[in-house]
Amino acid sequence: MLRRSCSAATFALRFLSLTGPALPLALLAFLVTGCGKNDSTGAGQSAAASITPGKKILRYGNGAEPQDLDFQIVTGVPEHHLALTFFEGLISEDPQLNVVPGVAERWEISPDGLRYTFHLRADAQWSNGDPVTADDFIQSYRRMISPALGAAYAHMLWSVVGAEDYTKGKLTDFSQTGFKAPDARTVQLTLRQPTPFLLHAMNHYAWYPLPIATLKKFGAVDRKSTPWTRPENFVSNGPYTLKEWRPNQKIVAARAPTYWDRAAVKIDEIHFLPVELADTEERMFRTGQLHITYEVPLTKLAVYQRDHPDSVRVDPYNGIYFYRFNVQRKPFDDVRVRRALALAVDREALVQKVTLAGEQPAYDFTPPDLAGYVSRHAFTADLTEAKRLLAAAGYPDGKGFPKVELLYNTLEKHRTIAEALQQMWRKNLGVDITLFNQEWKVYLDAQHTQNFQIQRAGWIADYVDPHSFFDLWETGGGNNDTRWGSPEYDRLLRTALDAKTTAARYEVYQQMEKILVDEMPVLPLYFYTYSRLISPKVKGFITTPLDNFSWKYADLAP
Amino acid sequence: MFRFITSRFLQSLLALFLVITATFFMVRFVPGGPFTAEKAVTPEILRNLEAHYGLDQPLWRQYLDYLGSLARGDLGPSFKYPNRTVNEIIFDKVPVSAELGAISLAVALVLGIGLGTLAAIRRNTWVDYVASSFGMIGISIPTFVVGPLLVLALAIHLGWFNASGWYGPADRVLPALVLGIAYAAPLSRLTRGGLLEVLNQDFIRTARAKGASEFRVVTRHALRGGLLPVVSFLGPAVAGILTGSFVIETIFQIPGIGREFVNSAFNRDYTLVLGTVILYAVLIMALNLAVDIAQAWMNPKVRLES
Amino acid sequence: MTSAPPTSPAAVPEPIEPGNSLWHDAWLRLRKNKLATFGLVSLSVIAVACLLGPLLSSYGYEEQNLDLGASAPSAAHWLGTDTLGRDLLVRLLAGGRISLAVGLAATFVALTIGVVYGAVAGFFGGKLDAVMMRSVDIMYSMPFPIFVILLMVLFGRNILLLFVAIGAVEWLTMARIVRGQVMSIKKMEFIEAARSLGLGRRRIIFRHILPNMLGPIIVYTTLTIPGVMLLEAFLSFLGLGVQPPMSSWGVLIKDGAEKMEEFPWLLIFPGTMFSLTLFSLNFLGDGLRDALDVRSSKD
Repeated sequence: MLRRSCSAATFALRFLSLTGPALPLALLAFLVTGCGKNDSTGAGQSAAASITPGKKILRYGNGAEPQDLDFQIVTGVPEHHLALTFFEGLISEDPQLNVVPGVAERWEISPDGLRYTFHLRADAQWSNGDPVTADDFIQSYRRMISPALGAAYAHMLWSVVGAEDYTKGKLTDFSQTGFKAPDARTVQLTLRQPTPFLLHAMNHYAWYPLPIATLKKFGAVDRKSTPWTRPENFVSNGPYTLKEWRPNQKIVAARAPTYWDRAAVKIDEIHFLPVELADTEERMFRTGQLHITYEVPLTKLAVYQRDHPDSVRVDPYNGIYFYRFNVQRKPFDDVRVRRALALAVDREALVQKVTLAGEQPAYDFTPPDLAGYVSRHAFTADLTEAKRLLAAAGYPDGKGFPKVELLYNTLEKHRTIAEALQQMWRKNLGVDITLFNQEWKVYLDAQHTQNFQIQRAGWIADYVDPHSFFDLWETGGGNNDTRWGSPEYDRLLRTALDAKTTAARYEVYQQMEKILVDEMPVLPLYFYTYSRLISPKVKGFITTPLDNFSWKYADLAP
Repeated sequence: MFRFITSRFLQSLLALFLVITATFFMVRFVPGGPFTAEKAVTPEILRNLEAHYGLDQPLWRQYLDYLGSLARGDLGPSFKYPNRTVNEIIFDKVPVSAELGAISLAVALVLGIGLGTLAAIRRNTWVDYVASSFGMIGISIPTFVVGPLLVLALAIHLGWFNASGWYGPADRVLPALVLGIAYAAPLSRLTRGGLLEVLNQDFIRTARAKGASEFRVVTRHALRGGLLPVVSFLGPAVAGILTGSFVIETIFQIPGIGREFVNSAFNRDYTLVLGTVILYAVLIMALNLAVDIAQAWMNPKVRLES
Repeated sequence: MTSAPPTSPAAVPEPIEPGNSLWHDAWLRLRKNKLATFGLVSLSVIAVACLLGPLLSSYGYEEQNLDLGASAPSAAHWLGTDTLGRDLLVRLLAGGRISLAVGLAATFVALTIGVVYGAVAGFFGGKLDAVMMRSVDIMYSMPFPIFVILLMVLFGRNILLLFVAIGAVEWLTMARIVRGQVMSIKKMEFIEAARSLGLGRRRIIFRHILPNMLGPIIVYTTLTIPGVMLLEAFLSFLGLGVQPPMSSWGVLIKDGAEKMEEFPWLLIFPGTMFSLTLFSLNFLGDGLRDALDVRSSKD
């Protein structure tokens, strides 16, 4: 379906005569680019695409095999997509990021912002027909924060009174926490401090309910690795329920007849295929084996945007790509060096010539227009100033600049970006930086032990609020890893949540952003986008900047 | 023969024990653990997780516990996939890789030994050049190039196959072809080399002089000795082919065990690393034993020595 | 060991004692072999081009031109440019230095270890053979990615590690092949004869047994070189090996494979260079085998 001209093939043929060994390659290249038939945009001509007539089956490329379908112990993006399919929390978000009812049909927030009361709808059901009760939620929350389970996302619930102490084992009596169920259809949360973005944060799967009665059949509720997630045992409360799970092959989600809003769900089955390689996905998309892909190969994106704009989608993604300095290692203990490097990067060239996925260049630390927050302190690229700063730091024109290594994890995209920046710094500042790649977990280990000078990094927020970006740079924060800290910054972070209005809160963030721009503990490069291939037959598949989506709005044309 | 096999079995058991021990400690000394993630988990949560899997115990204790459960045939829970055990993963995936491997092996043997033999007996003729070129091309174009090329040509442009997947019999064709060719190429070169070595030896000259037909000379006399290096190569090669190929299983989205050899290491899935290593070690030792027996049979002068 | 009495001592063939003239004769035979000569010449040309090419080019292998991006072959860039606008020709030649060095050096290491190890195990047999071959089984079974990462953790990023890592895996099959051959040849009449003449073991192994199995050794060596070159790309993935912006053939081919539809030249040229090198090596290897085969000259 990619409309390739014959130029590549003829190009290959021109070199046929060059050498003998080129022959096989050129012949194959001819076959591949072959000005062949089958060029039409069309899915479903392939051998496997056997479809029961009348049944709407959407095939979704889901990146990797999920670790598990127990969404309290998983953390990845593929798992996230499955959680959205099988479960529903108290509230949900529509594509415009408005909070909309989920299992709770309405809710109240106390004037001091500390007490949230959710009223569950009467027709909320588990896929086995049992009602979804307030106790299911409370027991699920209890499990989520229990030390025995060791859930990686337990801290998502720590804004509730006593939750943090419970996870840390300092509090053993769960009834002392702020999770309460006054009756079977009311959930009440008491917070330790106002958390204005709580409802948005609650759209995260850490807040989803689990079928407690089912879990209990397989032992203690907070036990890990019980067989409750096997297809024959699995019970869910979302728009779909698990029909089949063939590890590393596919997960079949079937429309749940028990879902309260079932009339809105239009696609009969969703097949999640764990395809790890973007190139493989793209080829499966072309043969019609996939309707939606997990990602798009770097070089293919431009081709699709040019030739098949209706088959590709690039959405904003609530995250930032940046380089992290270790501010206690030379030469980055000097803020002038950090600023010099940050000011000497041509971010426009980077996103337009290298990353190529419509990313926004980053001159501050929060994605553009994030829940109404717009930074006033964005810096600008300024080569003269960068040179001045570098000279002031004692390295005029890069002379005497110490040996510096840029660490990144092995991935073509990261390598290409690093190569481009290496060249920019060499050309603009006379600074020579060596590149070094590591396998993912070795790289993470280096990050968490701050064993690096500059390191490539990324951050995708867990909820749509600037707080999730400012939270990062707290002194000693678990994901800070720069060894940078500022008492003033920490103080502002603490006061932000106490602000009476959103406007007042955002003012505090402005001050924090100013500190970050001045101190530059990290070097912002661009704000992420999420690109995927999507068949024009898929209608109404709309994602939020957190890559949340509801299948309720989606449909599949025949 | 019986003594020989018993002795080999005991030796291999010892070797297996050494492999397990070395691997057990190696994986734990590699930076990063099963719970190392981009978004750091808080120290308390990490402690809870480690306690769940017994990783808070001293290393020697964990090692003894592992050996203990291994003795019961239990390879432990997977760290990456919490609701599955290593036993399950291996039993699920090995048949897939073995099926693909068996088909590929057949392709490799027929193509490789066939072309290699042809090349050797028609040495320095066009037959040799064609057969040898096949071998060299097969060696010089890696599977991660051949795979996508064949998919683009046969699946996307001609529409004969799926681009990837492992559902119907047709889905076996492309991966088996790619994997088969990848092994056929070196096999054909080795067969040719090994046969040439033998074809000039005296007993072959003698057989020819006695008026044996060329076919008989090759099949009865030459192949036996000429395939010695091929058989040596086949031991580890068959172990490799049956346990799947990381590249092919990834490109073709095949739910085999080959991917786990590499991915389990990247995930620091300690138990799955050990499980796959044990699987491979058992296979390699069994196959190398088979090779030694085969070579003794092929060359009656070689005695099996225990 | 069992001692099979020599069955027909009369069958001792031609020169047991190859003099200096053997190498001279071999060289003459090699030169007469057109394909082998072609292989030798083309390998030399490739090696010289990789050594000198980058020095003569007006482009640096790391020099980018973001505005140009990936461009097809042209007068300015004979083999085109990659996605960062770098000249492919100079990257190919510079990368060739790495690939050829790694391919030849690591193969040489693997060859030496494999041949000596296999010959000793095969010749002496018995307990020594058992210990040596079970060690090979153990080495085969080690999880390679873990092994490599551990090497880097223990010894830092040393280019020598590249050879250690590659050598550690590549000699194993060679050792098994050589052992199999030695076990077979050592029972042949002429070896028994040499033994009965009272020749030393070392002399028998290296003078009489090895020359009779050069064929498989040469063939397997030519198979090892491409394997090593591609393995280097995998090691780069693990962080061992070349660091960007330097490249190697394996890495270039891997990158090219991902872009073959959009920018086919990024695959075709590195692939062609790689194939050409391997063809040349194989031609040379086959020629060498023929030239060193003392018996074949009579055919």
